[in-house]
Amino acid sequence: MNYSKPKFKEKYGNFINGKFEAPDDGEYFDNHSPVDNKLLAKYPRSKESDVKRAIEAANNAKDAWGKTSVGERSAILMKIADVIEANLNEFAQMETADNGKAIRETVNADVPLAIDHFRYFASVIRAEEGSATELNENTVSLIIREPLGVVAQIIPWNFPLLMLAWKVAPALASGNCVVLKPAEQTPASATFLAEKISDLLPPGVFNVIHGFGPEAGKPLASSGKVDKVAFTGETTTGQLIMQYASKNLNPVTMELGGKSPNVFFSSIMDHDDDFLDKCIEGAVLFAFNQGEVCTAPSRLLIQEDIYDAFIERVIARTEAIKMGDPFDMNTMMGAQASNDQHEKILSYIEIGKEEGAEVLTGGAAKKLDGDLSKGFYIQPTILKGHNKMRVFQEEIFGPVVAVCTFKDEAEAIEIANDTLYGLGAGVWTRDAHQLYQIPRAIKAGRVWVNCYHDYPAHAPFGGYKKSGFGRENHLMMLNHYRQTKNMLISYDKKKLGFF
Amino acid sequence: MKFNRVEITEEAAEIVEKLKQQHGDLIFHQSGGCCDGSSPMLLSKEDFYIDDNDIWLGEVTGIPFYMSHDQFEYWKHTHLTVDLTSGRGASFSLEIPLGKRFIIRSRLLKEEELTYLNK
Repeated sequence: MNYSKPKFKEKYGNFINGKFEAPDDGEYFDNHSPVDNKLLAKYPRSKESDVKRAIEAANNAKDAWGKTSVGERSAILMKIADVIEANLNEFAQMETADNGKAIRETVNADVPLAIDHFRYFASVIRAEEGSATELNENTVSLIIREPLGVVAQIIPWNFPLLMLAWKVAPALASGNCVVLKPAEQTPASATFLAEKISDLLPPGVFNVIHGFGPEAGKPLASSGKVDKVAFTGETTTGQLIMQYASKNLNPVTMELGGKSPNVFFSSIMDHDDDFLDKCIEGAVLFAFNQGEVCTAPSRLLIQEDIYDAFIERVIARTEAIKMGDPFDMNTMMGAQASNDQHEKILSYIEIGKEEGAEVLTGGAAKKLDGDLSKGFYIQPTILKGHNKMRVFQEEIFGPVVAVCTFKDEAEAIEIANDTLYGLGAGVWTRDAHQLYQIPRAIKAGRVWVNCYHDYPAHAPFGGYKKSGFGRENHLMMLNHYRQTKNMLISYDKKKLGFF
Repeated sequence: MKFNRVEITEEAAEIVEKLKQQHGDLIFHQSGGCCDGSSPMLLSKEDFYIDDNDIWLGEVTGIPFYMSHDQFEYWKHTHLTVDLTSGRGASFSLEIPLGKRFIIRSRLLKEEELTYLNK
């Protein structure tokens, strides 16, 4: 199949109360494709009044939706998954046009994972049970889970449809209504989904508001009429959203990124086999999704006795990454999501060089021909240095990995944990003891062991330290979107005897 | 002051001045983490809670520039310049509706600057 930029309408609306609506003040913003910097479509530049209407619609819908049976909700989520699957290629092309990532990723990862996510949450709610405990012969405690009501969700631009699925599927599954604000860089797939599923959900259950953080994100996050705020993004905005939530005493979940260590022990090179080949790929996964992943393995830690031999093969594999038209199935790495990200990544490569990091490969923008010359491309880059350098400590969110060596297990753990963040980590070894002990010693919410960048729906994902709190994926996610109702029932006919 | 830790380009200062008129007192807070992280955020002074966990790096075009203490530990040897680029951030930073984005340009502080600034 040949993939290409899909057709967009000239402009789109907000999806409120089951219908597409123009913004009150008629203002729209232009959404350009990072593939070639050409206009894709216009989306609403929503303001407080639009946001309030979406929140009101969600509040009006919440009682009836909260009372639907798990069977009904499960069936609807299954249908949503079917609709995405039936339109897989269209969703994939839209994601590539909007975000710039290579089509082979959207076809094989972003969209299939989003589909599976809806199916996973559709399934687990059917199998789940509450609890009844006889506390004594006359007293029974029932634990029943109830939806929170209306959930505000602010999602990022690196996996627009998948991050939507991560947040929306469990929220709907647990009986909440949603007001979703997609990132302003990537408004396309949320809108496309709303078009496709508008007849599946009752009006007001799922609402999509477009616009800018200070104008639309703020009234959504600070509203006293939402019952929870879920956010993925950076730390300053994370703090700001928590401040707003504190005024309303609302629960929040925060996913704020990381600077994940990917640790390779000597034993990986004991044999030149399939496993070593997997390890080399595991080190090069820093370039997956152009490095725009919260868990990107952006610090590469290699045991010093294998450093020369291993890095040589990692460099060769990195240099074999094929860049080009993101719509070509052979392209391995596409465009960065926006001009400002492109600039930021290049500025980090510069400070890395100035701090004394050695550029082992890459280290500059990538110039492509024709229309693509206007897009935002960067060569996959490996910088050698030490862990106190800024390129080892700050999330660059680009295809840039910072590599250093370690002497022994103790130093590997020390370097791995010398970071403000704790979202992901990778540990690669043939040693059975290291396989367990090193991951336990690393302070991160997800440690991949002899693998990386795997995101199954039923494995919990979330951060330690400044990477945030709360989890996504896994059925435990349901409880981030629910209250616990405890009914304490007495079957004793006798009074207490106090009064 | 002989040396400073943070400066701003003329182009960026112009946008800050414009937003000051619109929003009143402002601050910069250096963000970290995912997505639009590692960029400075321009926020209304009343909106963002600053305390002892933040460090004041200086003033640019009349507004304070802060960063969290633990982040500063990794940045303290570098000089920062707030610059402006076109783009579309997804944070709550106030310049975003203008289609502009503040970014940080960095360089190493020289020996004499460090001596002066660490006094």
